Amino acid sequence: MRSIVAILRQIWSLFVDDGSLACALVIWCTGAGFALPRLTPFSAWNAPILLLGCVTILLANIAFTAQNCRTRKARNPR
Amino acid sequence: MIALLGPLLGQIPIGILQLAVGLLLLLFGMRWLRKAIPRTAGVIPLHDEVAVFTSETAMLRAIGSATALAFDPIALLTTFKAVVLEGTEVVFIVLAIGTGGNMLVPASFGAAAAGVIVIALGLALHRPLSRVPENILKFAVGILISGFGLFWVGEGLVFQWPGHNLVLVAIFMLLLAASLIAARLAGQMIADGGELA
Repeated sequence: MRSIVAILRQIWSLFVDDGSLACALVIWCTGAGFALPRLTPFSAWNAPILLLGCVTILLANIAFTAQNCRTRKARNPR
Repeated sequence: MIALLGPLLGQIPIGILQLAVGLLLLLFGMRWLRKAIPRTAGVIPLHDEVAVFTSETAMLRAIGSATALAFDPIALLTTFKAVVLEGTEVVFIVLAIGTGGNMLVPASFGAAAAGVIVIALGLALHRPLSRVPENILKFAVGILISGFGLFWVGEGLVFQWPGHNLVLVAIFMLLLAASLIAARLAGQMIADGGELA
């Protein structure tokens, strides 16, 4: 049982190591899939909006990572 | 695994498969980018492959000397575990790209060719591939996998990509540009304490 849990944990970690990034991407893709066709049916902009949303999520995550790192460095200079 | 799972995945409706595989590829690729970008920026340290190799070798030698066997089962288990884990990633990528684009055979050949090259490099260098810039590889693979993932999520949601398959090049370029900008901004933020816009 333990080894099955360990294997499942390893497989999970292939896709997720930062839960907030994974959650944001899944929520954005799901939300875009439901909302965009209703807001702008058959629009050529739906796919580029999906792309830009994902890129924004990645950039925000990097910004938070850098912010946290800077805060830690400020607290512990060494 | 590829021979077993490939045809089974072919039975699933293509839209659902593209959405599911695209989402998994997106998570997989973004996870790599999320690590590669801060490393490029110096926000988190690069992997010191030589140090990891030295400490792992020392640990295995210590255990090996205790068992004093010519055939080292600990080393065998360690390498087996590492290769199985990395191999599972390869299987996933081959299945995702192969079944999503209906190109399981070319994707398998590509993975096999990459495997041969890595084995040859391993034999030739006889050391960890520390001379290969690991972070650049992760950067490139992260962009490619994220790009394919995004493309298939869009296809699975029945969104129309402008330029159809050719849009992949634009997606890769945008991801590359965004990643490089993110790395630069994050690096500056750490260096001079400025805020990201």
